[in-house]
Amino acid sequence: MESLIDRREAIRRVTALLGGIALVGGGSLVSACEQAQRGAAAARGGAGTFTARDIALLDEVAETILPETKTPGAKAAQVGPFMALMVTDTYDEADQAIFRDGMRQLDAACQAMHRTSFMEATPAQRLALLEQLDREQKTYMDARHGDDTPVHYFRMMKELTLLGYFTSEIGYTKAMRYVETPGRFDPCVPYPPGEPAWAPHA
Amino acid sequence: MQAQSYDAIVVGSGISGGWAAKELTEKGLRVLLLERGKNVEHIKDYVNATKAPWQYPHRGGRTRAMELAYPVLKRDYPLNEKNLDWWASDQDSPYTEVKRFDWYRGYHVGGRSLMWGRQSYRWSDFDFEANAREGIAVDWPIRYADIAPWYDYVERHAGISGSREGLAQLPDGQFQPPMPLNCGEELVAGRLQRRFGGRRRIIPGRTANLTQALPGRSPCQYRNACWLGCPFGGYFSTQSSTLPAAVATGRLTLKPFAIVTEVLYDRDKKRATGVRVLDAVTDQTTDYSARVVFLCASTLNSTWLLLRSATDVWPGGLGSSSGELGHNLMDHHFRVGAQGRLEGLDDKYQFGRPPTGFYIPRYRNLFGDKRDYLRGFGYQGGASRQGWSRAVAELGVGGAFKDAMAQPGPWSIGATAFGEMLPNHANRVSIDTSRKDKWGLPVLAIDCATGENERLMRRDMMNDMAEMLEASGVKQVRTYDREYFPGMGIHEMGTARMGRDPKTSVLNAHNQVWDAPNVFVTDGSCMASTACPNPSLTYMALTARAADFAVSELTRHNL
Repeated sequence: MESLIDRREAIRRVTALLGGIALVGGGSLVSACEQAQRGAAAARGGAGTFTARDIALLDEVAETILPETKTPGAKAAQVGPFMALMVTDTYDEADQAIFRDGMRQLDAACQAMHRTSFMEATPAQRLALLEQLDREQKTYMDARHGDDTPVHYFRMMKELTLLGYFTSEIGYTKAMRYVETPGRFDPCVPYPPGEPAWAPHA
Repeated sequence: MQAQSYDAIVVGSGISGGWAAKELTEKGLRVLLLERGKNVEHIKDYVNATKAPWQYPHRGGRTRAMELAYPVLKRDYPLNEKNLDWWASDQDSPYTEVKRFDWYRGYHVGGRSLMWGRQSYRWSDFDFEANAREGIAVDWPIRYADIAPWYDYVERHAGISGSREGLAQLPDGQFQPPMPLNCGEELVAGRLQRRFGGRRRIIPGRTANLTQALPGRSPCQYRNACWLGCPFGGYFSTQSSTLPAAVATGRLTLKPFAIVTEVLYDRDKKRATGVRVLDAVTDQTTDYSARVVFLCASTLNSTWLLLRSATDVWPGGLGSSSGELGHNLMDHHFRVGAQGRLEGLDDKYQFGRPPTGFYIPRYRNLFGDKRDYLRGFGYQGGASRQGWSRAVAELGVGGAFKDAMAQPGPWSIGATAFGEMLPNHANRVSIDTSRKDKWGLPVLAIDCATGENERLMRRDMMNDMAEMLEASGVKQVRTYDREYFPGMGIHEMGTARMGRDPKTSVLNAHNQVWDAPNVFVTDGSCMASTACPNPSLTYMALTARAADFAVSELTRHNL
């Protein structure tokens, strides 16, 4: 729910979005305790060094999920570097491994489907691949029991893409509409179909 | 060495301490206001209040490094990138959890008044009489009539917006106009009214956010970013409301980084003589004297201070003669409720982001209703159109998907119950001499758990909401119980309860420590029960009432 209930719900709106990510591998905020302990070693080891090639791939994956339409796409919103930052700073070691191995798997799946790497595939080929991976991850995630089984790597990529895009300046001001200080509250106004959402201050 | 002298010392600058400072200075006393943490200046120090959401590297979320640094805070929403600076460091200020207790603290000028939820409700005689009626713990030494004029008084200055409803269990107050319900909430409120004949009803949340200007403060601008500090002074905090009033008298001295290590007590005069302060930066110790001392350091911190004061007279600390100091720790239990999808409003939307939602006042165990548990609960909820985050679980990639997700989604509505927790002598805090905090003070050990009454109540808290939503035509209703541990409500109460008898209570009807009548405790420590509505407004009223009494007693030379 996006609406605000009290300070908990207010801030939960922020954490719910990111919670979706923090929760990706690990489950509840309670089990985050153990995660953080395991994360200590990872934080020292700098487990998440993404190369420029990695980030270029992530940019293209993101752009395929949320491409330029009448509004700018994910690449313009720098979602690739954002994904690398979030995986490095917020994912535990196990999830980092899933994500990084997922980049390899995604490329292998592209080879299998189109006999070309993702970077060299056409936009139509990329879209066909990600549509298949999206069905695969949704079937897998819907059948998943509890928080103990690993998350599908493409769910991670999709989630980070959505977060990175819709909380970017482009997402807030171009894809959606954003007013920092509304100055008034209209509790019930007409909504003409197709108009973008008012972005939350979150 | 001659101690520095004041008429009154107030320990703690949050909701209660701010009120104590305002009332005592306005009545002519020279007041020293002590705050253990740093200063936060109104507006100037709200450094993130106007930052754009995309300017945070992790967009407001939490990193593993933050989780390592804040092992308690990370258990719930407070750990976030946006106002992390306002939550106390778990590492500097550890405590011992005999059982899990989530203690979320604000150690700076203004305390948690800067981050609070702002929901502001009066308690009623159903609450003040409950202990006596049921033979639970001890009777409150006051009734609604004692506190009602003080609710009037604090509401006018703090600025509470809300609707007048004429409910016996949730008395009306001196309200500014309410923030209206939105279309979704209004629709369900109407259906609920018809279905339950007004017994269960949705009303606008009563909140300490202005809908009309007050001196030096603008009305709410509907940004819904209160927890970053409001540059408009739109919500009540120490900084926006009570501190400016105290400063204006010219009689206030505010001292940040001042940790009170003990209340100084004269066993011959049977009075406190002042406090001992440890400078949090320099480690220097200074004594300050005063005729009256107000402890407003927050529920557990005021009691922690009492436990380590006057131990040469009472090994259990100042106020411990009854054997109740440190006992009867309570909170509101919550994180349980229901939500669902609201149909028929796809052509409706809202503009602006109100900092409140709706409230459903208590109806259980009232007016002839009788359940297999005692007391009751209220709900806080809201309706809204879903945002882009719905896209995570939906199938779809590509341009059409992207453009659809940038539009508002279906309406949803839901509410979380906040339930009363019974006082229990076994729920207690004590000093753990085996551990020390950053400043060498032995830490607090907390031993607290909910009981059978709360367990039974939670079934109703979950199922009633589902029942109300379904009766209102809401679809796909889902219940939830996200698990609750004491402290998570951040409504900790008790451990120095008020009462009628010095043998069974720590404080009397005017918040005076029975064993030291010039020491007043007016924060949540004093509560003899929790009721179910949010407690802060009651702390304000009790503090203003106690300050008035203290000054009249000083005038009569009774202190």
